Amino acid sequence: MGLREKITDTRRLRAWSGTIPVAFQYTAGVAGERFFSTLRARGRFAVTRCPECGTTYLPPRLYCRQDFTDLSDRWDEVAPRGTVHSFTVVHRDLAGQPLSSPRLIGFVQIDGTDGGLLVPLGMKPSAVRIGQEVQAVLRPARTRRGTIEDILHFR
Amino acid sequence: MPRRIRRRVAVVGAGMSLFMRRALETGKELSYYAASAALDSAGVRRQDVQAVVMATAPDAFDGIHMKGEYLSDGAGGWRKPYLRAYVGGGSGVFSIISGWSMVASGLFDIVLVVAEEKMSPTQPHPQAAFINIFDHTIERPLGPNLLWIFALEQTRYMHTYGIRNEDIALVSVKNKHNALGHPAAQLGADLTVKEVLASEVVAWPVHRLMVSPVSDGAAAIVLASEDVAKRISPRPVWVEGVGWSLDTSYWGNRDLAYPRYVEDAARMAYEMAGITEPRKQIDVVEPYDPFAYKELHHLEGLLLADRGKAPEDLANGRFDRDGELPSSPSGGLLGVGNPIAAAGLMKICELFWQLRGEAGPRQVPNNPKRGLAQAWGDLMQIGTVAILGV
Amino acid sequence: MARRGGQQTLRGTPLRDADLRSGRISLERWEPNLAYRWDAGVAIGRFLEGLQEGKILGVRCHRCQRTVTPPRAFCEVCFKPMDEWVELRDTGTVNTFSICYVTWDLQRLVVPQVPAVIEIDGTSPRVGFLHLIGGLRARSVEGIRKQVRVGRRVRAVWRPAAERTGAITDILHFKPV
Repeated sequence: MGLREKITDTRRLRAWSGTIPVAFQYTAGVAGERFFSTLRARGRFAVTRCPECGTTYLPPRLYCRQDFTDLSDRWDEVAPRGTVHSFTVVHRDLAGQPLSSPRLIGFVQIDGTDGGLLVPLGMKPSAVRIGQEVQAVLRPARTRRGTIEDILHFR
Repeated sequence: MPRRIRRRVAVVGAGMSLFMRRALETGKELSYYAASAALDSAGVRRQDVQAVVMATAPDAFDGIHMKGEYLSDGAGGWRKPYLRAYVGGGSGVFSIISGWSMVASGLFDIVLVVAEEKMSPTQPHPQAAFINIFDHTIERPLGPNLLWIFALEQTRYMHTYGIRNEDIALVSVKNKHNALGHPAAQLGADLTVKEVLASEVVAWPVHRLMVSPVSDGAAAIVLASEDVAKRISPRPVWVEGVGWSLDTSYWGNRDLAYPRYVEDAARMAYEMAGITEPRKQIDVVEPYDPFAYKELHHLEGLLLADRGKAPEDLANGRFDRDGELPSSPSGGLLGVGNPIAAAGLMKICELFWQLRGEAGPRQVPNNPKRGLAQAWGDLMQIGTVAILGV
Repeated sequence: MARRGGQQTLRGTPLRDADLRSGRISLERWEPNLAYRWDAGVAIGRFLEGLQEGKILGVRCHRCQRTVTPPRAFCEVCFKPMDEWVELRDTGTVNTFSICYVTWDLQRLVVPQVPAVIEIDGTSPRVGFLHLIGGLRARSVEGIRKQVRVGRRVRAVWRPAAERTGAITDILHFKPV
């Protein structure tokens, strides 16, 4: 008896529904803040570079992951240009519903850095090639808000 | 069953970031501040670190899934064996226990232990994440508030032993005063019992000034095996005992007046450290104080005060910095801040500095030789204890 | 280079409310849609059925002889299945309580909530569960403390049978008797 019993009537199966009502407000961090303010003000990418191993970080980091050097005073800037490292075409949204039109997303390796960005690509899916040279199309300077959406796409 | 500890382990460096209500820094950057400061103080480079332990509480605070992995490069963990420890508020002391076991077992000689928390992203308040600690089916529909857990425990504690709120408010006074001497402190202040009780009632018997703040911050230590410690450190601080114990999540089915899980953890640590008379053999203690009454509750669970008598000892000055058993000379969570996982490791950092005579304005007198730090977490369930000595 | 001393310069950039409102700090907001459907499980499923029937159920382990609520499928002390269901009374004793004037998101309440851990009659000593005390006239701490005390006897106030759905809120609250 007791809790070794089996439930055979499925109407007795109960579940409780609920949500976790949480939202988030993220800061960009010290390094991120400079990246976004540079993008907003000058339309260029701020990067940090480690004096020991020479790694150029984009997105910029306050520290070198390898040498653990403090990169607070190791800033530089590069033009928002690079090559397509990889791409994909997205057909569905997060709920699994079809998108009105497919979205082309790419990982673009930025020239002069050891990093890159995940960004929308602004050409037809049939026209994209790995290794293709692309550059950023930014929002007009006066409408930029200092977020990743200041980059409209790369093409 | 006798334990066979393979070798001795020492803390050879410690570092922290500021504790802040809201930091510009990401969790990675906070981790870097603490980790680099700890490595600096030990004279150890990241290349020498063989493994990294990261203690950080729920992903839901920072709002980053797999937060432990996300933080790893800021904690020096890139391409290294990495372990994330998470036992709620107990994490900060559980971090040194995890790191200790990795060195004591002979697996590694140098381990970096980091604890981080960034609570400020959670909107509208970290409780939005915390509230899920209540049972989703039979507790959350009642519309609970996390404060209930502490207030209910405090009421039971007061009732069982005839303790007054004035007795408890004195903990806020002591700790916030002690925190004035701590460079990381978020809420150091000189207050009176009257001022603490004049702050608004949030959940009676808890008043606002009896609650530690939401914080962002990080702390870190470097652990080394005996051979390495003796070679690189002029004054290693030895890990003499560790203990931890988890009680039931049916929190209403426990005696709320006494934290038996803290006693269980403390006994394990005392036995390992060969301590038979804790009140004589512990010189300084950093018990976990997220709420004012918890410090007293925990001191009793640590067997450092008789049940129900910690408030009296506090009023008699026994736990003051210049008293018989200084308690929370750092200023504790109430004074320094409560970034959940980092707070416990902050207490370990404090013992490191106290036992080396390096605590500056917070230094307790008479050359303390042995200290105990304790943390606690989950739904009033886990006790974690570490004993350090020189 | 080893640096002695606990008095390092600590790093951190505190932000104030004004900084966030100024628009000068880059902030990204995200609201995840976290919805859940939690299976009640064998034990709580039956417990909820009991509530719908106007009963508070517990379970008993024959080895350690504890009678506990909320019910669970196995005894966590003996690590074996629980042995029998027990119908408990709907009266009990207040083990502890609080008078709460804030919601979880820090809104101030005019009428406080009075949560309590209640030891239900028929369970083993110190076995309690969380519910609310209600039916109180007072709103102030002093007033409520005259009506609610540790050790006070309370009785469940149930929703009308037709309105019960098999939820902890089928008990509206416990009232001092």
